[in-house]
Amino acid sequence: MPRKQVTLDGNEAAAYVAHQTNEVIAIYPITPSSPMGEWSDQWSSEGKPNIWGSVPTVIEMQSEGGAAGAVHGALQAGALTTTFTSAQGLLLMIPNMYKISGELTSTVFHVAARSLAAHALSIFGDHQDVMACRATGWAMLSSNSVQEVMDMAIIAQAATLEARVPFLHFFDGFRTSHEVAKVEQLTVEDMRAMLPEDLIRAHRARAMSPDRPILRGTAQNPDVYFQARETVNSFYDGCPAIVRKAMDRFAEITGRKYSLFEYAGSPTAENVIVLMGSGAEAAHEAVDHLNANGANVGILKIRLFRPFSIDGFIDALPKSVKALAVLDRTKEPGGAGEPLYQDVLTALAERLDKGTLPFASPKVIGGRYGLSSKEFTPAMVKGVYDEMAKPKPKNHFTVGIVDDVTHLSLDFDASYTTEDPKTVRAVFYGLGADGTVGANKNSVKIIAEETENYAQGYFVYDSKKSGSTTISHLRFGPKPIRSTYLISQANFIACHQFTFLEKMDVLKFAEPGATFLLNSPFGPEEVWDHLPAPLQKTIINRKLKFFVIDAYEVAKASGMGNRINTVMQTCFFAISGVLPREEAIAQIKYAIEKTYGRRGDAVVQKNYAAVDQTLAHLKEVTVPAAVTSTVGFKPPVPAAAPEFVRNVLGVIFAGEGDTLPVSAMPIDGTFPTDTARWEKRNIALEIPVWDEKICIQCGKCVLVCPHATIRAKVVGRDRLDGAPPTFKTAEARWKDYKEMAYSLQVAPEDCTGCALCIQSCPVKDKSNPKRRAINMEPQMPLREAEAANWDFFLNLPEFDRDKLSTTQVKDLQLLQPLFEFSGACSGCGETPYIKLLTQLFGDRTLIANATGCSSIYGANLPTTPYAANKAGRGPTWSNSLFEDNAEFGLGMRLAVDQQTAYARELVQRFSGQIGENLAQEILCADQSTEAGIFDMRDKIEALKTRVNEMLAAGANGSAAALLDLLAVSDNLAKKSVWILGGDGWAYDIGYGGLDHVMASGRNVNILVMDTEVYSNTGGQCSKSTPRAAVAKFAAGGKPSAKKDLAMMAVAYGNVYVARVAMGSSDMQTVKAFVEAEKWDGPSIIIAYSHCIAHGYDMQFGLEQQKLAVQSGHWPMFRFNPALTAEGKNPFVLDCKAPSLPLDKYIYNETRYTMLVHSRPEDARRLLAEAQADVMNRWRLYEQMAASPGAGAAGKAAEGGK
Amino acid sequence: MIDLTTGYLGLKLRTPIVASSSPICKEIGGILRLEDAGVSAVVLHSLFEEQIQLESGELDRYLTEGAESFGEAMNYFPELGSYNLGPEPYLNYVRKVKESTSIPIIASLNGVSTGGWIRYARQMEQAGADALELNIYYLPTDLEMTSQKVEEIYYDLVSHVKASVRIPVSVKLGPFFTAIANMAKKMDEAGADGLVLFNRFYQPDFDLDTLEVVPNLVLSDSHELRLRLHWTALLYNRIRPDLAITGGVHTAEDVVKSVMAGAKVAMTTSALLRHGPAYASKLEEDLIEWMEEHEYESILQMRGSMSAQSVAEPAAFERANYMKVLSSYTLKTTA
Repeated sequence: MPRKQVTLDGNEAAAYVAHQTNEVIAIYPITPSSPMGEWSDQWSSEGKPNIWGSVPTVIEMQSEGGAAGAVHGALQAGALTTTFTSAQGLLLMIPNMYKISGELTSTVFHVAARSLAAHALSIFGDHQDVMACRATGWAMLSSNSVQEVMDMAIIAQAATLEARVPFLHFFDGFRTSHEVAKVEQLTVEDMRAMLPEDLIRAHRARAMSPDRPILRGTAQNPDVYFQARETVNSFYDGCPAIVRKAMDRFAEITGRKYSLFEYAGSPTAENVIVLMGSGAEAAHEAVDHLNANGANVGILKIRLFRPFSIDGFIDALPKSVKALAVLDRTKEPGGAGEPLYQDVLTALAERLDKGTLPFASPKVIGGRYGLSSKEFTPAMVKGVYDEMAKPKPKNHFTVGIVDDVTHLSLDFDASYTTEDPKTVRAVFYGLGADGTVGANKNSVKIIAEETENYAQGYFVYDSKKSGSTTISHLRFGPKPIRSTYLISQANFIACHQFTFLEKMDVLKFAEPGATFLLNSPFGPEEVWDHLPAPLQKTIINRKLKFFVIDAYEVAKASGMGNRINTVMQTCFFAISGVLPREEAIAQIKYAIEKTYGRRGDAVVQKNYAAVDQTLAHLKEVTVPAAVTSTVGFKPPVPAAAPEFVRNVLGVIFAGEGDTLPVSAMPIDGTFPTDTARWEKRNIALEIPVWDEKICIQCGKCVLVCPHATIRAKVVGRDRLDGAPPTFKTAEARWKDYKEMAYSLQVAPEDCTGCALCIQSCPVKDKSNPKRRAINMEPQMPLREAEAANWDFFLNLPEFDRDKLSTTQVKDLQLLQPLFEFSGACSGCGETPYIKLLTQLFGDRTLIANATGCSSIYGANLPTTPYAANKAGRGPTWSNSLFEDNAEFGLGMRLAVDQQTAYARELVQRFSGQIGENLAQEILCADQSTEAGIFDMRDKIEALKTRVNEMLAAGANGSAAALLDLLAVSDNLAKKSVWILGGDGWAYDIGYGGLDHVMASGRNVNILVMDTEVYSNTGGQCSKSTPRAAVAKFAAGGKPSAKKDLAMMAVAYGNVYVARVAMGSSDMQTVKAFVEAEKWDGPSIIIAYSHCIAHGYDMQFGLEQQKLAVQSGHWPMFRFNPALTAEGKNPFVLDCKAPSLPLDKYIYNETRYTMLVHSRPEDARRLLAEAQADVMNRWRLYEQMAASPGAGAAGKAAEGGK
Repeated sequence: MIDLTTGYLGLKLRTPIVASSSPICKEIGGILRLEDAGVSAVVLHSLFEEQIQLESGELDRYLTEGAESFGEAMNYFPELGSYNLGPEPYLNYVRKVKESTSIPIIASLNGVSTGGWIRYARQMEQAGADALELNIYYLPTDLEMTSQKVEEIYYDLVSHVKASVRIPVSVKLGPFFTAIANMAKKMDEAGADGLVLFNRFYQPDFDLDTLEVVPNLVLSDSHELRLRLHWTALLYNRIRPDLAITGGVHTAEDVVKSVMAGAKVAMTTSALLRHGPAYASKLEEDLIEWMEEHEYESILQMRGSMSAQSVAEPAAFERANYMKVLSSYTLKTTA
C-alpha cells in the first residue's frame, strides 16, 4: 500500500515519530522546538496512541533542566522517553545528558538546532547548541530536510535501543523545523518494524524496580572512576555499525537509502565540500548544477557526527579527492578550528599515520557559514569551490558575510543561481494580521497533496510583535526541492499590503516576465500613478504581468474584516495556473472547511463567500510604456539621525542587514539606547486625536499608552512661538500653572492604533457621548501635520520634576518616559508598567531583563525602546538568560553596592584633600528624594573636578586610588536595580533564583509582568495560569489553581510585595512602584498584564483588569515591611470584597470560553472550583488585612531584642 | 372533577399552564422541576442563529489574532478537538430533555437567514421537538424597510419553515404591527399552527453616570397581560391558528383571563423566575380553586367566553379609551 503523502514541517515530522515511539514526553517550550511539544500534547489530549496502543504522557516542566531530570527519571524507571528542545534549553540538559549516556540509556532527544546566546540572543538556526553537546557521550544524527527528519527520527530511535548510546537527533532551527514540505509519512507498521520488541523489553529490564533492586548513580573515587568510565568504549565503537544497520533496515522497509556519510557529485571529484544539516541540500543542488556545467566537484553529507566513524568518513570520499572544504555551522572562538573541521583533520591524520589513506593527503580548509539562519545559497557554495581551486585558499574562512576586519570572508558571485526553471517560485509579502502565512501554508498543502508536484513553503517573520511583516517563499515543481534558501528569483510576487510599496522594494526578486499581484485600493486604471518610480521601472524593464485586486473591499463585503488571506490565495491560484481554476477553487474550499470547520459553519461560509467574490474583482493592469512617478522609496531613517543609526540600524530597517560588514557591528554586543524613535513604522490605520476643549487633563491616556506615543507637556506660552498651524494646546488645569499651556500630542508614525487610550479616557462629550476627549481618526490624512506637531512637541522643554508629585497620575503624565515605541503587541498590557518605571526612576535604573516578551520588545534589533533624557541619563539594560534573571539583577546590585562602598571609602580617605565639607556632604547626603539624588549628582561633579585637580597636581603617590575614585564615583548617586520578566520566568524557570534573591535582603526591585501564560513562545501554561483557563499543555483547562507568588513573597516578612492592576487602580500601581523603590530591601511587584494570549480585543484590556479585581481574581494589595517597623499591619488590601461572579470576568476571554464550547461540563466544574479559589483566598487576605499591627508593644519588643 | 385539559398545536395538554422560554428551561434540572410542578408543556430557550454566527466569528478571530505573525509564536492557543459552535449543543439538549421528560417540548428558534431558519427547524424536528415556536425577534430599524416588506419577510419565513417540517409550528409575534389582525391572518395563510401573543422586546435603559445604553429586560407584571388579552379576544375564532398568550401571566386569574380571551394556553415566565418553578403548582391549585368557586367545569367551557365574539359589548375592544369618558352607557347602546 502506498504511504500517505503529507505536508508538514520539520517539527511536526519529528513529533510524529517521537510521539508514536515513546511513553513519556517531558518538555519545556523554547523556540524553535516548541511546536514539537505542542503537537505531542495535542495528540495525547486527543487520545492518540503510540504504536503500542497506549497514549503517551506529556508533561510540561518548569525548565529544560527540569524536563531533562524528568526524562532521566522516566528512563531509569523503564519508560521509553523523549524530549524536544533547542539552544539554551539544550545547554540546561547537558548535566543530565552526561548522566544518561554514562548509564548507557536508550533515548532520543529531538533538537531544532539554534544559535546560542552569546553577544546576543538569536532564535534562529545553526549548530552551536548541538556542538556544545558533543562531549556528552551522545550519538548525534543530523537531518537535512523535512523528510529526513521523519526518517532519522525513527532510525535514531531504533539505533539507540540497540546501541544503548543515547541519540541527539538534530535538524536546523527554522530552516528545517519550520519549513513546510511534502513528505512520505511513515506508517505505524514501518515504525513497528524498525523497533524490535526484544530491544524494548531489554530497555525495560534495565529499569529500576524494588522487585529487583539495583543501585545506580554511585559516587566513585580515584581508584575506580577512570576504569569505570572506560567500560563504555565498545558501545561507542559499535554504534556507527548499528546506525548503518538501522539505515539499511529502513531502506528495506521504505526504499529510502541513507548512510552515515553520504557522498553526492562526481565520482572523480577533486574538490569536495564536507558539511551537515540543511545547508548540505543547497550544496547538493549547487554540485549537481556545477557538474552539469562541466565542473568536477562533490559533496559529503555527514549524517552521524557522533560517534565519528573515521573509516566510514574516509571510505565515503572519492579516491580522486585532492582538496576538502569542511563547513561548520557553528563557531568556537579560540579553537584550532570548528568541530567538524577538527574531526576531519583527525580522521585524515590517523589514516595517514596508519598508512591506510586511500588517496594522497588532501588539502583541507575549514570555514563557517549560516550562523543564526544566515542564508547559505548555491552561489556561496560555488564561492567555496572557487576558493578551493585557488593555489592558496583561505583557511578558517567565512562565507555569506563580508568580513572587512579579519578578512576571512570569501567573495562569491551572488547572481549565480541554480533555480530550476520548471519550479514555480512565489514570494508573498504580507502582514502578520492579514493571514497571509496561514493561507500560504494551505496553498502548499493543496498543491503538494492534490498534484504530483513537490512543494516547499518557508516563512520569514520580522522582529516586531505589532504590525509585523511576513514574507512567504513558496516553491512547487516536478522535481524534489533541495533549495534550502530563500527565493531570490521569483516568477510570482504578491504584495498583500499597498503600504509596503513606499517602504521596500517588493519586486527586488522578480525575474523577467514574472507576475506581480498587488492588493490595491486603486483599480487597474489608477494604480500605476500610485506606484513609486523604482517599481514602475522594474515592471516595465522586466516586462512583468501586473494584476490588482482591492482585497480589503472583497474581504469586507464577505464578512472577513481585514483577513484578506482567502481573497489573495484565490487570486494566486487564479493567476498562477498551478491548478485548473475550478479545481483550485474546490480545493481552497476544501482547505477552508478543514482549517475552519471546527470553528463553526459561519466562519466557513464567509470564507467561501470571499472565494466566490474574488475573481470578479481581480483585474489585469495594462502596463504603460513609461515611468510616470517621480517618487522614490521612503528613506528608512531621517537625515537627522545619529551616524550609527543612519549607517547601521537604518540599513537593518531597510531590510538590508545582510549587507552590513563585520566592521559595522559592535564587538561585544553593546548598542546605544534611544534608537526606537528613528524607526518610523507607520503601522496604525487610526490614531488618537485630542479634543482639547473637553479634556480634563487627567493624564490617564498618557499613563496607559503601551508605546508612549501619547504624551503631555505643560510649558510657558512663550514657548509656543513657531508652533505648526495645527498644534493644539489648552490652558493648563493645574492650579499653580494656569497661565501655562498644556499640550497632549500623539506620535502619529509610532502609534500602533491600539485605542487603549480611548478606553481609558473618563470624559464624554455631553452632547455626543460616543466622543471622548481623544478619538480615533484615520492616520493617513493626519500623518504629515501631526508628525510636524510631534517634532515641535519634542523640542518643548520638559517640566521641572521637582515641582511634580510622583504619586499623582495627573502629574506623572509630565514625566518623560524613557521607554518608547517598542515593538510589543499593539495594546500590550506589560509595557505601560515599564514605561511608568522609566518615568519614575529611569535616569538611575539598571535593568536585568529575563528572556521573554519583555526582552524581545526591549532589545530585538534594530532598535531599543529604552531612551535617555536630555542629560543623557536613562535605563541601562541587559539580558542574561531566561532562568537566571533574578540572580543577574542581584549581581548588578552587588556590584553597585560594592563600588558605592569603595567610592565612600575613597572619599573618606581623601576627605582632607577633597575638602571636609564636600566629603561630609557626600557621605551624609540624604538621597531619599529625587532632589537629594540630583543634589548628589552635582556634588559628584564637584568631587570629580577636585579629584582631577589633585591628579593634575601630582597626587602625591595616590594617583591610582584617585583614578579609581573617578571611575567609581558615579555610584555615589543612588542607583535603582530593576529585575524584569514575565510569569514564565518568575513562577517557573527562574523561581528558585527569584526566591533566593528575595531571601538575600538586598535592595532589588522585581517587576513580574504577569500574563498568566508563556506569551512569547505562544501561550504555554505556566504556574501562573489560572484554574479553568485553556493554554497549551492545559488544553482541558488548567486543573489547578494559580500559584500565589505574592503570598510566597509575603512569607519572608522583609520583602515589599504588591499586586497591582493599572486598569483597576492607576493610583495604587503608582504607589506600589514608589514604595517598592523606596524600600531598602527586596521588593516584588506582580502586575496584571493583559495579553494577546488571553483572546479578546485588547483595547478593552483596562476594563478587563477592572473586572479581574472586582471578581476577586486579582485582589490588589501592598505588603510594606516599612509599616511593620512603625508597628502597623504591613498588609494593606487595596480593593473591595469580590462583587462580581467570576464568570462575568473570565468569560470575556477566549482562553476560558473555548473550554465552555469544547468541554462545557469541565468548564462548569472548573468555574465552580475557580470561584471557590477566589473566595477562599479573599477570606485569607481579609483576615491578614484585619490583623492589628504589632503596635507600640511590638516595637518595644523589637527594640528589646 | 374539573377538566383542565386543553389542546394546543395539536398537542393534548393536561392544563393550559405552559412554561415559556426562560433561563429555567436551559437546565434539565429546571425542566424536571417544572414538570414536577405540573406545567403542561415547556417552550425551550431559543436557538439564536445570530449568536451562533457571532460566537463562531469571535472564536475564529481570537484564535487567529496574532497567529503566524511572529517567529516564536505561531499561535497562542491549543487547537481543541471541537467547539460545539453549531446548533449541536441545542439539539443535544432537545434530545436530552425529550429523554428525561414526558411533557411536550416546544423548541424555539430565532434565525437570521432563510437557510438558517429552515436548516435549524428541521434539525429540531429530528432532535425530537414536539413543536416549534418561531421566535421572530426582528427590529426593523432600517429607515428604508417598509411595513409591507417586513410582513412579507414574516410570511415567507413561516411558509418556508412550514413547508420544511411536519411538527406544528407556532409564531411568536411582537405587538408592533400597524395591522395586527391582518398580520395574524397572513400568518394563518402562511400555515402557522399557532400564534403566541406577544414577544417582549429588549428594553435598553440609560446609565446617566456613564452616558451609556444599558441592556435591560425587566420581568413582566400582570399589567402587561391586558394588551395580550385585548388582541386575543379580538382574534379568537376569526383565524385558524391556536392562540397562546405570553407576557403578564402571573396569577390563576391571569390564566383564567387568558383562556376567556380565547387563548388555548397561558404561558408564564416572569412569575416562575420570581417565585421558582414550584410556583406552577400553585397556579394550578389557584386555578382549580377559582373554577370551583365560580363553578366552571372545564377550561373548554370558559375558552373565548370573553372574546369579542362572545361579550355583550364587543365594541369595548375596538373603541379608543377616550370614548369611554363620553358615557359608559353609550358603548352599551352602540353594541
